[in-house]
Amino acid sequence: MFLKRELLRRPDMLLLHCPFCGPRNEIEFAHGGPEKKRRPDSTSDIEDEMWIEYLTVSRNPIGPVAERWWHVRGCGGWFTIYRDTRTHDIIDEGPL
Amino acid sequence: MQRYSIFSLARNAFSNHQSWSKAWRSPPLKNHYDVLIIGAGGHGLSTAYYLAKNHGITNVAVLERGWLGGGNIARNTVTIRSNYMRDESIPFYVKSVELYEGLTKELNYNLMYSNRSMIDIVQTYPKLREIKRRMYHMDLYDSTYERIETDEVRRRIPPLTGGGPDSRFPIICGMVHPQAAVCRHDAVAWSFARAADNLGVEIHQNTEVIKLIREDHNGRICGVETNRGIIRANKVAVVVSGHTTSITDTIGLRLPIKSFNLTAFVSEPVKPIIDVVVNCPDIGVYLSQSDKGELVIGGAPDPGQSFRRDIKQHVFENAVCSMLELFPAFKRLKLMRQWGGTLDIAHDATPIVSKTDIPGLFVSAGWWGGFKAVPAGGFTLAHLIANNEPHPLIEPFSLGRFRGLDFVLEAGTTTAT
Ligand SMILES: Cc1cc2nc3c(=O)[nH]c(=O)nc-3n(C[C@H](O)[C@H](O)[C@H](O)COP(=O)(O)OP(=O)(O)OC[C@H]3O[C@@H](n4cnc5c(N)ncnc54)[C@H](O)[C@@H]3O)c2cc1C
Ligand SMILES: [Zn+2]
Repeated sequence: MFLKRELLRRPDMLLLHCPFCGPRNEIEFAHGGPEKKRRPDSTSDIEDEMWIEYLTVSRNPIGPVAERWWHVRGCGGWFTIYRDTRTHDIIDEGPL
Repeated sequence: MQRYSIFSLARNAFSNHQSWSKAWRSPPLKNHYDVLIIGAGGHGLSTAYYLAKNHGITNVAVLERGWLGGGNIARNTVTIRSNYMRDESIPFYVKSVELYEGLTKELNYNLMYSNRSMIDIVQTYPKLREIKRRMYHMDLYDSTYERIETDEVRRRIPPLTGGGPDSRFPIICGMVHPQAAVCRHDAVAWSFARAADNLGVEIHQNTEVIKLIREDHNGRICGVETNRGIIRANKVAVVVSGHTTSITDTIGLRLPIKSFNLTAFVSEPVKPIIDVVVNCPDIGVYLSQSDKGELVIGGAPDPGQSFRRDIKQHVFENAVCSMLELFPAFKRLKLMRQWGGTLDIAHDATPIVSKTDIPGLFVSAGWWGGFKAVPAGGFTLAHLIANNEPHPLIEPFSLGRFRGLDFVLEAGTTTAT
């Protein structure tokens, strides 16, 4: 039900707020994948499992994700947004 | 099982087709089974069938939150092919195509399987090199590619009038993959459901798994919680395509999988004009013509994670504009329907068919081009569930590969990355 109602009023493209250029249409951007956690400190002893998880696993929630975008057909800058994977709503913040 | 044939068709015509027996039962839900399969899509149903047929395991329930065959199996563009890149992948898909060819007979269900070649329209040299590389690998496993020159491409695909010398990407040549085929997607789900049911498997629709349950003392899987109560089993297989992580997250199992939206659309039906699957990997669109005459068209997935099932306007426009560069006459076609599905893609883009760290829990996931893989996916997952050891064809698809960082990098053959 939630989804159906949401779908009816959602715009078809994202309006992304580039920190330098302001709100611009999604077609100017390239998607840069989910925001990564901090790279584990490889000078100290880290468990293999931590490494593998850092390299291969991202959160995949039915809900908010933090992701990188590249304003490739604009200023060339990178930035992070929070987006709801159910609706494509851009939201203020979410878990990383 | 009531057999389908020309005679049963004629016989049932006398009763106005009112007395056909049901294709599968709707039995009462028990609270214990030997094996639970979550998800009645292509893979879940074929797994159930092969469990019963090849391994004699019939105390099996397939749990489906919606209706049987209503997920991606109902949403895909039905291309079956084995033109993959890696030594680890090609034999698996060759086996799947081989199983498909015999299914209509084996399951006594007309899948409308139609072998019709896929022609890749090559428009850049990097793509040509990539396909040639695949060709040399495929040659080792009885899957083939053959180069044809542009004139021949145009002869085999009459409406292909774009891509001339003055265009943005002139056509360099075509690469033909003769093993490619299409077949009726719903029939795949229905035929496996009917055959599995006939062997004693229960299919429970409107039964949503909410979470997985583990034994307190040893951590083994012991069942699932559903909207219809708790159901117990010592073996549980998660076969839910795009929703894999939402189930494995419930017991803290973290998988290297992300979900994306992939879309397709169809035109109004027209007279037969294309009898092959046309794939245009350089501009990101592919199409074939259905038996009804509609052009079935697909593009690239939306790059961000998504659980939506509609289509983004610009993803749709990109695919249409690309198609019109090569097929300008299609400008006059009306597009009738568009839809999407939620696909899961693993970190290295190769599927995962594997045991997990939780004893008794199996996953079959990462099937973002997994319609072609339905028979072999079920065949090998059933083997894994029954023997607790992987079938040789899926040894490379285990979760263990990530532990050793032994990725099986399988870039998109068509459009996905
Ligand atoms: C637009 C599009 C085009 C495609 N084109 C092709 C193609 O040309 N060739 C190709 O090989 N592949 C293609 N695919 C991919 C193919 O459709 C999928 O890889 C394949 O269908 C996935 O396996 P499945 O059939 O088991 O999945 P599904 O049919 O999605 O089955 C999964 C089932 O699990 C159920 N489920 C989910 N969560 C729960 C829960 N909590 N409890 C109980 N049940 C649950 C769902 O309702 C669903 O019925 C395409 C996909 C899309 C979306
Ligand atoms: Zn900018």
